[in-house]
Amino acid sequence: MRWKTDPLLVVEHLSMRFGGLVAVNDLSFAVGRGDITALIGPNGAGKTTVFNCVTGFYKPTEGRLSLARQGKAAQHDVDALTLSSKRHQATSSGDLYLLERMPDHEISWKARVARTFQNIRLFQGMTVLENLMVAQHNTLMIASGFTILGLFGVPSYRAKERQAIEKAKFWLDQIGLTDRADDPAGELPYGAQRRLEIARAMCTEPVMLCLDEPAAGLNPKESADLNSLLRKIRSEHDTSVLLIEHDMSVVMEISDHVVVLDYGIKISDGTPGEVRNDQRVIAAYLGVDDEEVEKVEAEIGV
Amino acid sequence: MATVETLESTTRTGSDIGTRAAAAARDAAFAGVVTLGLCFPIVALRAEQDMSNQLVLQQRWSWAIIAALLVFAARFGVVMIRGQMAARAAATGFPVAAPARAAKAPSRIRAAITRYIGIIGVAVLFLFPIVTNYYLGSSGSLKWINNYGVQILIYVMLGWGLNIVVGLAGLLDLGYVAFYAVGAYSYALLSTTLGLSFWLCLPLAGLLAALWGVILGFPVLRLRGDYLAIVTLAFGEIIRMILINFTDLTNGYAGITEIPKATLFGIPFTDTPGGFASVFGIEYSPIQRTIFLFYLILCMALLTNFVTIRLRRLPMGRAWEALREDEIACRSLGINTVTTKLTAFALGAMFAGFAGSFFAVRQGFVSPESFTFIESATILAIVVLGGMGSQIGVALAAVVMIGGTELRRELDWTKQIFGDSFDPAQYRMLIFGFGMVAMMIWRPRGIIQTREPSIFLKERKSVSGSLVKEGHG
Repeated sequence: MRWKTDPLLVVEHLSMRFGGLVAVNDLSFAVGRGDITALIGPNGAGKTTVFNCVTGFYKPTEGRLSLARQGKAAQHDVDALTLSSKRHQATSSGDLYLLERMPDHEISWKARVARTFQNIRLFQGMTVLENLMVAQHNTLMIASGFTILGLFGVPSYRAKERQAIEKAKFWLDQIGLTDRADDPAGELPYGAQRRLEIARAMCTEPVMLCLDEPAAGLNPKESADLNSLLRKIRSEHDTSVLLIEHDMSVVMEISDHVVVLDYGIKISDGTPGEVRNDQRVIAAYLGVDDEEVEKVEAEIGV
Repeated sequence: MATVETLESTTRTGSDIGTRAAAAARDAAFAGVVTLGLCFPIVALRAEQDMSNQLVLQQRWSWAIIAALLVFAARFGVVMIRGQMAARAAATGFPVAAPARAAKAPSRIRAAITRYIGIIGVAVLFLFPIVTNYYLGSSGSLKWINNYGVQILIYVMLGWGLNIVVGLAGLLDLGYVAFYAVGAYSYALLSTTLGLSFWLCLPLAGLLAALWGVILGFPVLRLRGDYLAIVTLAFGEIIRMILINFTDLTNGYAGITEIPKATLFGIPFTDTPGGFASVFGIEYSPIQRTIFLFYLILCMALLTNFVTIRLRRLPMGRAWEALREDEIACRSLGINTVTTKLTAFALGAMFAGFAGSFFAVRQGFVSPESFTFIESATILAIVVLGGMGSQIGVALAAVVMIGGTELRRELDWTKQIFGDSFDPAQYRMLIFGFGMVAMMIWRPRGIIQTREPSIFLKERKSVSGSLVKEGHG
């Protein structure tokens, strides 16, 4: 129940409209610190739209997305920040960010929310190692004195670059791609590309990692490897995970908290066990018998 | 048993040739008819003025028929040879897999060659003026040092500058000549009005051009692909129009004349006491100034190259390349794409500004005529021909493009073959066109088709060009 006691990200009344189309309608949920939270729902339910709002690729039409980076934020701090025109506030319990006010690259660099994409977006023509180095751009940029010191090859930059390579090596080791570090990312097999994208996101040192269908197109063994990788990320790196997934074996096995969307509305929210037995989830996923439609609709309140 | 099989296969091949020839003839006939159709309005009929200034229609049907027959024969030959190759490949059981062969080629050997070409090239360039001057004398070597050496090196430098924008950051810039113009006019105006020296104006010209790069960069940040190309093209034209119409400042079409010449840190290249020749106690020769200019542009070009190579290994350069590969992924990793694009524009423009002020000091005269769209197109062609993002490739492409243009001026020997009425100058563009088509067929990704990684863990492996994106604009 960490999403109630110690939420990392609190989404409140999030709505996203594209012209007349309401993709997400008044959605509220929380992501617990240290949890693996799954966002599930049938195709077109608005899951990726939620992701794009959280990571700043879309500006939400309405709603508040507050992220407390270090510890649970007091409600009055969140309200004070909302009333101000600022994006960020250092509070007694740590840094507080309002994601809906931040551009995408700042969400990654300042609020430390990293993401992967449904259709893999690696830098295909760059090597595996280069992909992981690009992910550490901002750290290295500062170390290189915004390029000026780096042009002269100052020792402090060299040291930072070595550290960055070490971190890249660590993640290559984690995803089992050390041998292929100098190969172009586009030449990797599909499953390895998925893992590399996760490792690349982890190189930005996120507090929250958003994974858009990480198990799509993986075989059962690769799926199992993914599960253990995600568990390791959660337990060893202080990184909470928010994932969209259709593969129920992944969702039910690893997640602590499941949020179910249908037509842009939240229809269920709870532990995997609770969600699995929720009538509305079953109806949304499997449909219901003709004679039961009215009964179920009355129950859901449609 | 074996002989029977051989016999069978021979007969099969025999009938194969028959069917292939028929198919090839059909194909070639079609090509011939198309040629005839195309030649009808432009070759067969020709309007010419007669003595009384009236248009007379000349008919040259034989020309059109000859052209059609030539195309027929060539097409027939091509189809037959191709069929022969395919048949042979089928017989040996290996399909002709052209892409596979192309992918295998970029190896360590090629990487080594690429590396040595750079070192040898620099050494040759440093010796070039001395050697040509020694063997050809000062008047004979002037053409080689000035028309070939200096001219090519200017374009090498411009190509390297544009390579940052187009090759690394993947932003298609069709108005690059604008920054070249800004650099040239900066030096021309600062030196003629304020009397500033070349060495002071050079960095100023670079800074001003970089400033204009940022000014252009801002409005086009959101544009991609064709839209970006059109706006940058328009920007190049705007700058040229300003140079033409702002006559109070730029003197319009007449341009700016009598731009002071560059000095070797205060020592002028003149035949006077205190001039270069008398200071160093050697005999005065006008070639000395040309040789000085050669070394100047060589050093400037090498500086451009050095900075670019360094930048590629720094986070900024890597961010440029990442931007070319996938802009959305860049943003998800916290890269500010606005500043990344602007730095690419600014740095590319800065090197064009340096080259521009060199151009002004070399010519001693600038006018808007020198900064037309065709210059932008030439520089872009150099970058694309070289292989986008490759430093060596761009340098080689500049040699081919600019050296080729110069060489094509020297086709007089063809008169010995085709007779005195033959004017080779008229065929320069045709040769150029053939060269372009040949490149498109055999080297569609440029002279250097691979990308060198900026960092490696164990082994530097070239990335095949087919994986590298060209950027979204």
